[in-house]
Amino acid sequence: MSLLSRNETLVSLILVGFIALTAIVEPSSFTVGTFADLLRNGLVLGILAIGVLLVLISGGIDVSFTALAAFAMYFTTKTMIAMGLTDSMAFAFVMAATVGILLGCINGFFVATLKLPTLIVTLGTLAVFRGFVLTFIGTDLVSRVPSAMRDFSRSMLARGDAFDGSFYRLPSAILVLVAAVAVTAFILYRTQLGRNIFALGGSVEAATRIGIPVVKTQYFVYAYVGALSGIAGIVHASLARVANPFDLVGLELSVIAAVVLGGARLSGGTGTITGTLLGVALIVVINNSLITLGIPSTWQNVVIGFLILLGTGLPAWQARRKERAA
Amino acid sequence: MSSGVGRGSQAQERAHLIRLAAIAVAIFALMSALRPELFFTAANFQSMAFQFPEYAILSLAMMLAMLTGGIDLSVIGVANLSGILAALVLTALAPEAAGTGLDVIAVIVLAVVVSLAAGAICGAVNGIAIAAIGIPPILATLGTGLMFKGIAIVITEGRAVVGFPDAFAFLGNGFVGPVPVPVVVFAFFAAVLAFILSRTTFGLRVYLMGTNALAARFAGIDNAWITLRTYILCGVFSAAAGLVLMSRANSAKADYGESYLLLAVLIAVLGGTNPYGGFGRVGGVVLAVLSLQFLSSGFNMLQISNFAKELVWGCTLLLVMGLSEVRLRRRPGKRQ
Repeated sequence: MSLLSRNETLVSLILVGFIALTAIVEPSSFTVGTFADLLRNGLVLGILAIGVLLVLISGGIDVSFTALAAFAMYFTTKTMIAMGLTDSMAFAFVMAATVGILLGCINGFFVATLKLPTLIVTLGTLAVFRGFVLTFIGTDLVSRVPSAMRDFSRSMLARGDAFDGSFYRLPSAILVLVAAVAVTAFILYRTQLGRNIFALGGSVEAATRIGIPVVKTQYFVYAYVGALSGIAGIVHASLARVANPFDLVGLELSVIAAVVLGGARLSGGTGTITGTLLGVALIVVINNSLITLGIPSTWQNVVIGFLILLGTGLPAWQARRKERAA
Repeated sequence: MSSGVGRGSQAQERAHLIRLAAIAVAIFALMSALRPELFFTAANFQSMAFQFPEYAILSLAMMLAMLTGGIDLSVIGVANLSGILAALVLTALAPEAAGTGLDVIAVIVLAVVVSLAAGAICGAVNGIAIAAIGIPPILATLGTGLMFKGIAIVITEGRAVVGFPDAFAFLGNGFVGPVPVPVVVFAFFAAVLAFILSRTTFGLRVYLMGTNALAARFAGIDNAWITLRTYILCGVFSAAAGLVLMSRANSAKADYGESYLLLAVLIAVLGGTNPYGGFGRVGGVVLAVLSLQFLSSGFNMLQISNFAKELVWGCTLLLVMGLSEVRLRRRPGKRQ
């Protein structure tokens, strides 16, 4: 595949274009501080997107992960407060990830064991997770989050004045994204499990015939997305310093859009972590730079919708032309 | 890929319809027994009849897209955008207190035509993206849905368009005899879709293409043309739902009815539509709509929260899908 027809290249070009345009129109916004803020805004989206990437590579789709993240986040926060365990961030992450894994296994059961279509299953579990939280766990906003989460949001990797005079701060929460990327990259590119996930997305039939444990691999994928989503939920609540059970749900299509913009295909077997991060960056930058560029924020949806059509349309069109030529 | 709900013979399809009818009757009986003084009343029937047509028409559109093996995630975007265009025609040409003169009726007809035409154009955009360019339906309609919503926001700057002539309220709030107009609108569109699917060549080809696109192509069916027409029809149905919605709300806005998207998918699948294409009947969608409406009205009367409703809907979907899958698998020789 030539460099030009790759999604990563296209997305990078648009990304650089947007940043350059913003820098020309509004030079005062082109600072280290702005980029640090963008990074902070994209954190939760990034962690969620990494999980979605794994599902797309395996040939499935998950729209329940936002409800799952809200479930794990809200349940964990409430439990920590109820049990008085408010000073351990490790506990928050472990518990949210565990809840995420358990809920992910519910998806796994329907997808892997019952072999139902993933989109419909996860639409169903989206409603179930959300309905369960709001009916049985609560609907009230927890604005006094556990102290560990508050401290976590205050802790910075670095802060200070950058060389260009702007004030910047890099929250420690970035480490969570870095860890998620590192672990996922290791699984995808360095383990047999990763090869299995790619193979599954390429063709379930072929994967079965060469002896890949399809059911186990699918369970892993949905459990892993669950774990990442739970962790993303905790990061979200920490940074916002409020645990709101209504948060996050509604983001699912944006996250999927980011992953798809980054080159992952719904048909499975294709997708890279670099592309996914670029896709997330693009969406975050667009949301930010439209305002700087003086374009009313009302245009946001139009621009992102257009980019999805462009990002999926170009490769589809090229593939079709190649097919005709052959 | 393995098959989902509804894939099977006509006998299985009929069995699913009978099961659905039983579910609808059971819910109806249960709610009537639990709250006879509230549920089993003319007032409740009337209020239910005003509530379901909006999402029922959207569910018909969703089912149609699923018959071809696709999906239409842009139905809400289309409904709101076309509704807003109709609203602009109305507010520009007929002021609120314009009465019910012939000229006002003409403006309303014009607004309806504008909205349905806008729906058709939106549908054509989907169809071209899917059939001509080759984008997978989920992504194409996800992208266009965002664009339609975005255009609606840009036109209205995010505000609601209000101030329709009184006569327009008839569409969402009026009666034909004892029957609420929205139900009449829904019955009309359901009948049209049933006719198209079971009595026309186009309908037959939709089923053939949904069952096996490759075989359909070798049988000389122009798949791209069928797909394009299907999505145009989806757009028109979505626009019709948008008209009912805006008449009932007496305003048009870019973000009305967003929860209907999940609901429309849920109803289509619950109604026995196979998301991989080829199977699905209007009757199934109607029964699924009635079941959910009985359930949600009953829940309101039992004072159970709206969120529990969502939980039960999700469980119902998973249960129905899971059960039919297990049943299919038990049948020896049918599957691997």
